[in-house]
Amino acid sequence: MTRARPILMRIAQVIPVVVGVVIISFILTRALPGDPAAYFAGDAADEASIAEVRAKLGLDEPLPIQFLYYVGDLLRGDLGQSLTTGQSVAADLAQRLPASLELTLCALILSCGFAIPLGVLAATRPGSWVDHLCRVLVTAGVSMPTFFTGVVLVYVFYYLAGIAPSPLGRLDFIYLEPERVTGFFLIDSLLAGDFETFFAACRQLILPALTLALFTLAPIARMTRAAMLQSLSSDFIRTARAAGLRRRKVLFGYAFRNAMLPVVTTLGMVFSFTLGANVLVEKVFAWPGIGSYAVEALVASDYAAVQGFVLAMALLFVVLNLVIDLTYTAIDPRIGFGSR
Amino acid sequence: MSIAASRRSFMKLGGGTLAASMLPFLKHIPAHAASGDVAVAAMGQTINSLDLHRTGTNRPSYQIAVNCYDRLVSFGTKETPDGGLSYDYSKIEPELAESWETSEDGLTMTFKIKPEAVFQDGTPVTAEDVKWSFDRAVSAGGFPTVQMKAGGLVRPDQFEAADERTFVIKLDRASKLTLPDLAVPVPFILNSKLAREHVTDDDPWAMEFVHKNTIGSGAYKVIRWDPGQQLVYERNDAWIGGPLPGIQRLVLREVPSQATRRALIERGDIQMSFNIPNKDAKELDAEPNVKVFSTPIENSIYVVGVNHDFEPFQDPDVRKALAYAIPYEEIFKAAAYERGNPMWGGGPEIETADWPQKSPYYTDLDKAAEHLEKSSFAKGFEVPFSISLGQTDWMEPTALLIQENVGKLGIACTIDKIPSANWRTASLVEKRLPLHLEGFGGWLNYPCYYFFWAYKHGHLFNSSNYRNDEIETLVDETLHLPANHPDYAPKVKRMIEIAFEDLPRIPLWQPALNVATNGVAGYEYWFHRQLDARKLTKG
Repeated sequence: MTRARPILMRIAQVIPVVVGVVIISFILTRALPGDPAAYFAGDAADEASIAEVRAKLGLDEPLPIQFLYYVGDLLRGDLGQSLTTGQSVAADLAQRLPASLELTLCALILSCGFAIPLGVLAATRPGSWVDHLCRVLVTAGVSMPTFFTGVVLVYVFYYLAGIAPSPLGRLDFIYLEPERVTGFFLIDSLLAGDFETFFAACRQLILPALTLALFTLAPIARMTRAAMLQSLSSDFIRTARAAGLRRRKVLFGYAFRNAMLPVVTTLGMVFSFTLGANVLVEKVFAWPGIGSYAVEALVASDYAAVQGFVLAMALLFVVLNLVIDLTYTAIDPRIGFGSR
Repeated sequence: MSIAASRRSFMKLGGGTLAASMLPFLKHIPAHAASGDVAVAAMGQTINSLDLHRTGTNRPSYQIAVNCYDRLVSFGTKETPDGGLSYDYSKIEPELAESWETSEDGLTMTFKIKPEAVFQDGTPVTAEDVKWSFDRAVSAGGFPTVQMKAGGLVRPDQFEAADERTFVIKLDRASKLTLPDLAVPVPFILNSKLAREHVTDDDPWAMEFVHKNTIGSGAYKVIRWDPGQQLVYERNDAWIGGPLPGIQRLVLREVPSQATRRALIERGDIQMSFNIPNKDAKELDAEPNVKVFSTPIENSIYVVGVNHDFEPFQDPDVRKALAYAIPYEEIFKAAAYERGNPMWGGGPEIETADWPQKSPYYTDLDKAAEHLEKSSFAKGFEVPFSISLGQTDWMEPTALLIQENVGKLGIACTIDKIPSANWRTASLVEKRLPLHLEGFGGWLNYPCYYFFWAYKHGHLFNSSNYRNDEIETLVDETLHLPANHPDYAPKVKRMIEIAFEDLPRIPLWQPALNVATNGVAGYEYWFHRQLDARKLTKG
């Protein structure tokens, strides 16, 4: 069975989505309150110099003309210049997206490694202490805002205990960034064979990843538990048990595999909201990620940066959805999305 | 080995191969170490360009112009009462110029450049470089051009390179502001030969190149800049603008979270935390290891802006009622944490020409009620009180306390929080906020300069749309008058008197710039409120 064609079809379906995103993000950024020209003309700028800045930024043209310029630049792969950072938006995104992705992925791996077994255990022993533990952890995880958990972790492990390294971003200042291949420090340092930098990057990553993991624990554990309970009570499990299959086979071969579908869906959703919503964690740990970039840009009405961010996130979600759909077909062969 | 390769490419990036190799970012320096001559500083803001003249360069980036470039002249240094250092406005000292003279009529200034002055690439600094840099500052537009204009420097034809080492400025009018304006960060001297290699038709001033490279003769060079993360200064050992800094390398990290910065400075993992909030300044002061410097910002006052374009405020009694109703003491405690200087409760007479000085107003609700009774708004009125979301640290407690007190008079304020992107436009450009808070500070430390920006009609920081013909004349007369002229002080006193009588701006307090250090000495306060690392030493 060839899988390439349906995938290409899916990618083709993305084009109208992207066009829509481009138009909407352009209009929305223009609807933001604030005047970037006044903001960037500086502290002692008078009206004449603000007008000068406005002309320089091309903001004195009518909106449709500005849009044409924007689309023209986009087609040439130019996302424009960010005013807040003074760099090209493409360079900023290339720098910051991997930072956010690395953090989010590590947090999710950490969180899955804990939440899924916990959910499964809680489902197989409802009402037991494991189940209660699961409930407590989940409630605590959601009810504590991430910036709070972050600050508490910094306070305990860095300030009081002195175990954690200083929360100064991705690497302590005495280390050099590993040679850039993927932008993920963990991977790049391994590729370079530089274990010292790898461990340094790991150490910097632990606290922020833990903070995010605690937050994402809840939906994953809850969903695993619910899906497992449902699939354990379904007919095919009763049949399997009646047929005298081994407990392990029933649990993991049938029940767990079927419970994975909603878990993967949740995972996709959790991933996407975490990537956008870890601004506060980024701020606490001085993590140079995409969330704080977008917020800074919004505050300054930095049009190009906001548009670039929205566009990058839209493309990322498209890819993410594709990956999740492909995972479905791997988990459940009955699902083939070519026919849809 | 690839680690070595990456280190090499890093050196290349900075261009400082020699100096950098003596103090590489070695992996075996202990982690807490800012050992050797390396110091780490943290700040909450971001640097968005290495070129002050570029459009859109933000305030924190001005420090690059200070640390990596020289000007012709600089200000002296003096000690502050709390044992720190401050620049000295009254003393102009040589930086790149070894001497200068002004003609009898004050219209021609001639500067001799130090013969040993060299740029960081080793080429000598010539008058031609100075001319090119000044031409650039007056032509770039935006803030640099406005600041140059304040010193009477407007057109390229005012600047002339008479010979290799002689630079001449021709002025349209003599002004006391010209010389100090040459010592602000804006007229910094660039290596014009190097810059010219990167000039294009679209970019006659090599903005793109200077945006990412420091090409000056200053005390430091930037050897690494990761926008949004860090900037690394490396000392220029050939600097002739002053005594060499005691620190070889300064790593400036951007740490957005205030709580994190505070934990870092308390633990001593960073040596300096720049521009910390008043609350932290007060609390960190109690720590034994941490030294906090709170320097009142010269020529700056936090004020309540009372917009004369709006009806209730056109009545002088309403403005006075407001001034007597403000709970100054509580505000100074809750919003300023007693950092800075009180600006209320002065005597009824204006005795000095010092600025800022205490207004004659104080908290007295009975007096406030009396004034309101006399006005045509005896029953009170409703008004929005606007504050900026970007400055809530002081604006929010201030506004809430004022709201509570004027409420007792029957003036109902609703607090209106404006996003920071919109704040400048609304308050300063359109001047459409009836009641608001404002915090202008003038770089050039003269009362007339403050009044020029904040009290003259139509000027940017006159957010109250205030207009008084006598003030207009007095500012024009005093702005260029030497401060030791016999007419100067009486005229300034008269201005202050009118300002306190008409109250377009009700003074609250003079804010302070707070800096915490833990392991470095030699922090110096400057009017530009950015980190000047040229006097830093370990210890």
